[in-house]
Amino acid sequence: MKTVSEFHSLNASTALVSVWYRGRRLDLPEGANLAAALLAVGITSFRETPVSGAPRGPYCMMGACFDCLVTIEGVTRQACMLEVSAGLRISSLADPQGGQDAL
Amino acid sequence: MHCDLIIIGAGPAGMAAAATAAQIGLTVVVLDEQPRPGGQIYRDVDRVAPLRGDILGRDFTEGTALTAGLDHPNIHHIAGAVVWSVEEAVSVHYTRAGQSHRVTGKRILLATGALERPMPLPGWTLPGVMTVGAGQIMLKQSGLVSARAVLVGAGPLLYLLAVQMLRAGAPPLALVETQTKGDALRAIRHVLGALHGWRDLRNGLAMLYELWRGGVPRYLAATDIAIEGAAHAEALRFVSGGKAHRIAAGSVFLHHGVVPNTQAARTIGIAHRWDAGQACFAPELDVWGQTAVKTVFIAGDGARIGGAKVARVAGALAALQIAQQLGRITAPQRDQKARSLVRRLQAERAIRPFLDAAYPPMAQALSPQDNTIVCRCEEVTAGDIRRSAQLGCLGPNQAKAFCRAGMGPCQGRYCGLTVSAVLAQENMRSMGETGYFRIRSPIKPVTLAELASAEDTQGHE
Ligand SMILES: Cc1cc2nc3c(=O)[nH]c(=O)nc-3n(C[C@H](O)[C@H](O)[C@H](O)COP(=O)(O)OP(=O)(O)OC[C@H]3O[C@@H](n4cnc5c(N)ncnc54)[C@H](O)[C@@H]3O)c2cc1C
Ligand code: FES
Repeated sequence: MKTVSEFHSLNASTALVSVWYRGRRLDLPEGANLAAALLAVGITSFRETPVSGAPRGPYCMMGACFDCLVTIEGVTRQACMLEVSAGLRISSLADPQGGQDAL
Repeated sequence: MHCDLIIIGAGPAGMAAAATAAQIGLTVVVLDEQPRPGGQIYRDVDRVAPLRGDILGRDFTEGTALTAGLDHPNIHHIAGAVVWSVEEAVSVHYTRAGQSHRVTGKRILLATGALERPMPLPGWTLPGVMTVGAGQIMLKQSGLVSARAVLVGAGPLLYLLAVQMLRAGAPPLALVETQTKGDALRAIRHVLGALHGWRDLRNGLAMLYELWRGGVPRYLAATDIAIEGAAHAEALRFVSGGKAHRIAAGSVFLHHGVVPNTQAARTIGIAHRWDAGQACFAPELDVWGQTAVKTVFIAGDGARIGGAKVARVAGALAALQIAQQLGRITAPQRDQKARSLVRRLQAERAIRPFLDAAYPPMAQALSPQDNTIVCRCEEVTAGDIRRSAQLGCLGPNQAKAFCRAGMGPCQGRYCGLTVSAVLAQENMRSMGETGYFRIRSPIKPVTLAELASAEDTQGHE
């Protein structure tokens, strides 16, 4: 996993909260867009494709491509459509907890 | 919940429609999946304009005039509402915070905007490759700017992001542009018309001048583009000016125009036709934006690509016609209010034929090499689609059965046009004859738990 960010932040420092990403603790800005916040700390691949296992990260940032999928509390969600909140538990699609998949 | 007009999308089209309808006395519900109003161009403008208005420019900050219009007692804006189903007999289903809800009304306005045109190039599925729109959304909404980016493709949005990055102190490493000399020659025919949109022309030239002064290298008429990398984008390869180039980069932003987002309209059987000038499918509408499904209107870039100012006027026109049909204003009152809007619409549209000709879609991405992935979700290549055509597959709906293209969660949003184009080329048929994917609800995923919760809440609505 790459951990050096490709992005500069123009923001003045904001309050950070802890979330869990694939079992690892991350401190991210509260209320920030989740996909952007993960990219900003150097996480660029969010999942592996079901067909070939290729790494994928956010592509459109507007809820249309579904490449930013993560699993939160057993539900598959688009990271670019979520905001960071304290205690989020984010896992990859491969290890869903509870397997409540979207239709 | 019940209202006169349900609007899906709080971009310029939806916001202008809401304000116009509310002033006439209609009750309006505006649904948008984003947490705050603005749409794509004015994404999160109320919060962001004071933070980064200088970088994003006046074309962004002026969006606050539209968001302010939502503050009206007749308008109920529900943010974070993900619309997953639209029914012509007039209701809309959406999920919000884990629950499904239903709104009923008398008319629906689809103002769901545009999507970036699919740009299948070798390596475009690698992490680190995003759309130019995505780069801009990150800059606007999150204040993030890529440190080592290359911008690839064609069109004004490419220049806009480059200028904004420059102002943010992180200029792109290069612009790799795909329009050709032939495109420029074809665009000349439209220059006289474009002069009516001289403000847009002037803004365009100002952007090019700013990029030149900022020392951002531009490579023109690029071909043979490929993104290299193992687990992440590492470099861009291309040919320009008769020479092969390689630029090491951490982010690659792709763009060659936007196309109407037709997902919702297609689920209720609204007819779409191929628009050769804009190289996309667009819904069939009358001058007010009304579809053959009489309860449903469409305005903004979801109807025809025209940009924010056109979207705004088209939204207001649709609202006037809806108010007249619901008996709140007379036809003469409608026409009197519409007159100046129609003139503005014509003026704002003046630049379009020039832009469409000067920055056409990139040839390589319309006819990708066999081993390039076309359907990102199911990892179907252009070669797979060509083989399907050779086996007798004529249309995109058959292609789903042949090779799974378009079967994934994005429902063809980023492969549909390419699948149709490749099939049309292979079968030597037109895009109109080849057609597009049939789209069914839900247009956004909805879980069983969210559906179960709908029963619980409906009684209270
Ligand atoms: C990523 C992107 C960035 C762009 N940036 C610029 C720019 O900086 N400058 C410029 O001039 N043009 C830009 N454009 C072009 C843009 O299409 C127009 O300028 C303008 O925003 C169109 O206005 P609209 O009201 O038609 O749609 P939009 O502004 O796109 O608004 C549509 C709204 O509908 C919502 N929506 C869509 N589907 C659903 C659903 N199922 N449920 C709930 N809500 C939904 C979206 O969240 C969005 O807020 C951009 C386009 C894209 C795709
Ligand atoms: S990045 Fe495309 S859906 Fe999230």
